[in-house]
Amino acid sequence: MPDSIIVDTATKIFQDLCEADTVNKAEKGEWPKALWDALAESYLPLAWVPDDLGGAGAEIADGFAVLRVAGRFAAPVPIAETLLAGWLLAQAKLASPPGPMTIAPVYEDGNITIGADGKLKGRARHVPFARNAAHIAVVATRGGENVVALVEAKDLAISPGVGLSGEPRDTVSFDGATAVAVGAAPGLDPAKLTLIAAAARTQQMAGALERILEQSVQFSLDRVQFGRPIAKFQAVQQNLANLAGEVAAAGAAADGAAEAVGLYGVEGDIVAAAVASAKLRVGDAAGAGAAIAHQVHGAMGFTYEHTLHHSTRRLWGWREEFGNETLWAERLGRAVAAKGADALWPFVTQGS
Amino acid sequence: MTSTFQFDPVELPPECKELRQEVRAFLKQEIEAGTFSPGGGRNENAALFAKKVGAKGWIGMTWPKQYGGQGKTQLERYVVTEEMLAHKAPTRHYSTADRQSGPVLLRYGQEAVKENILPRICSGELCFCIGLSEPNSGSDVFAASTRATKTEGGWLVNGRKIWTSNAHQADYMIGLLRTSNSTPENRRHGLTQFLIDMKSKGITIRPIINLTGAHDFNEVIFDDVFVPDLHMIGEVDMAWKQASAELAYERSGPDRWLETLQSLVELIRVVGPEPSERQAEGIGREVAHLATMRRMSLSVAGMLQAGKTPAAEASIVKDLGTNFEQALPNKVRLMAPVRGDSAPDSNDDRFEQALNYTTLIAPKLTIQGGTREILRGIIARGLGLR
Repeated sequence: MPDSIIVDTATKIFQDLCEADTVNKAEKGEWPKALWDALAESYLPLAWVPDDLGGAGAEIADGFAVLRVAGRFAAPVPIAETLLAGWLLAQAKLASPPGPMTIAPVYEDGNITIGADGKLKGRARHVPFARNAAHIAVVATRGGENVVALVEAKDLAISPGVGLSGEPRDTVSFDGATAVAVGAAPGLDPAKLTLIAAAARTQQMAGALERILEQSVQFSLDRVQFGRPIAKFQAVQQNLANLAGEVAAAGAAADGAAEAVGLYGVEGDIVAAAVASAKLRVGDAAGAGAAIAHQVHGAMGFTYEHTLHHSTRRLWGWREEFGNETLWAERLGRAVAAKGADALWPFVTQGS
Repeated sequence: MTSTFQFDPVELPPECKELRQEVRAFLKQEIEAGTFSPGGGRNENAALFAKKVGAKGWIGMTWPKQYGGQGKTQLERYVVTEEMLAHKAPTRHYSTADRQSGPVLLRYGQEAVKENILPRICSGELCFCIGLSEPNSGSDVFAASTRATKTEGGWLVNGRKIWTSNAHQADYMIGLLRTSNSTPENRRHGLTQFLIDMKSKGITIRPIINLTGAHDFNEVIFDDVFVPDLHMIGEVDMAWKQASAELAYERSGPDRWLETLQSLVELIRVVGPEPSERQAEGIGREVAHLATMRRMSLSVAGMLQAGKTPAAEASIVKDLGTNFEQALPNKVRLMAPVRGDSAPDSNDDRFEQALNYTTLIAPKLTIQGGTREILRGIIARGLGLR
């Protein structure tokens, strides 16, 4: 169970400093400095970094819980990415610098190398918040060995792009750059980074789903048609009940992934199955849930002025990242088939 | 304001892990002994199987020892229940009493009844049925009109219950009967729960064969059936107050999402270790939904153990779970290997039996124990919409 003080701290910061206007301005290119500074002062972005490496030394569950809150507020800052970067650096016993960070590559087949001359080589697409980051934590190979490298963003060629979420998704060229620090990380490769990053996205998505349920319920109580709030119509009630089910399932699935990462890190069958199940289930909930939320909101929810799109655009963007539903379904299906029919139930109940 | 429902995470304690292995060993032994065959559909050894499960102490296992129970936790009961269901064990003889009737008696029954009945449920002897639906009272439970009229030393029951599963095999029914008229202020007023001996004079049971060809449910006719005062459960006219806790137990269990799992299991067998892309994706998708359902169901068991009454959460589990299990056979069908013009042709009898059986039972899953529409109404109430 996450530490409630950490969750309360995060909630307070987002309530105070992450308003609708903050999100809109950030999407137009204005860095939300006050929000980031408040988060950084509370060491929330470095929750997964041990004390001796410059972090807060909190539990895995705490970091995930902060991401759930960040997702609720559509926080336009690289808090997930900085958490992941800090975690990555810690795997290689590297200290985390202050300031926002991000990670690369974001695809399992991303191939970044460090040559004998110490220079990096490779290009990464769709790197979240690269233009806002002071540093990028990179999973690379050096002479065939897995390493983690810390690279200063100002040394890199970054071409800006925007994801479906409305957040920066930039293309970064590492060619010719020199790392600030490099550490051996024999067990880490881009697939392992993808696994924990997928778990992180499920938390943000579960948070965004909670938000759209709240907004939809409130809207249905406020909006009057045919002489009564639309919440009183059974067709609307059935839709919202359906949405509540999807939101609950997403929350449970995301919790399952977070719990598995907390217990097993990124190694083994149990965490692989838990993250696959979660990213897929939450992705399904995102699609179905966003559709219902928009239906309930009618034309109002389709305007820029309304904030529903802060959450629904992120849901549509995040469900593609670090493996979409199809990728994880196929992988999980192959794992199940390989074990055989009579192993299905033991597989579903493993770890409990 | 928050409209998000609470699904507290649960970690199963070590004793549950040991218990799971014990249940699996027991089931393996009973399958080998021929007591039942998994996936065999209805099984006539249900009464014998109940005695064996009772001897293990797994019926009424959460009830106090003085009534024949074991004083175990809801989580331990959850583990036993899901293992039984996942292995298609014939739990029909005791499952209603274990899940619903026993807990109602334990909470609201009179002491002498508890002492007499509960230990016999725990031993696997007694089979229960539930008398709720009537010809004019289905989802609208509080419209029940089967009447109990006060008489010397008890009540006289007249009327009809319908869709009563297992009535023809049950020793007792817990029936919801009208003892007063409803009031303008409260249309739920005036109903009382009774324990009814199914061997009583004046009860006629007529089979209703369902579309699978099986005899599961019945019509039960009461003609001046005497029920002693001792068998009244809880307060007269106030049954509606007793219903919500019962429903939380009924609606969140593994039986609400495991009923058609066999179709997926047999598909995996037919597909083999190297599925096509289409099959791998389809199987993975169902397994992810299954794993999430299980986590939610387990969470409700944990909240019940903690003394909460998660009524809306239980309805969410049943709504999602029954939709999942209902849709599964059709998804399995479309994932199956296709041959010529007779798709799906797996060349495997076991698969076809599982698929056919689950396809046939699928329609009832979102009706029994509270229809999808009723459940969503309860969830909507939980959201503050009504």
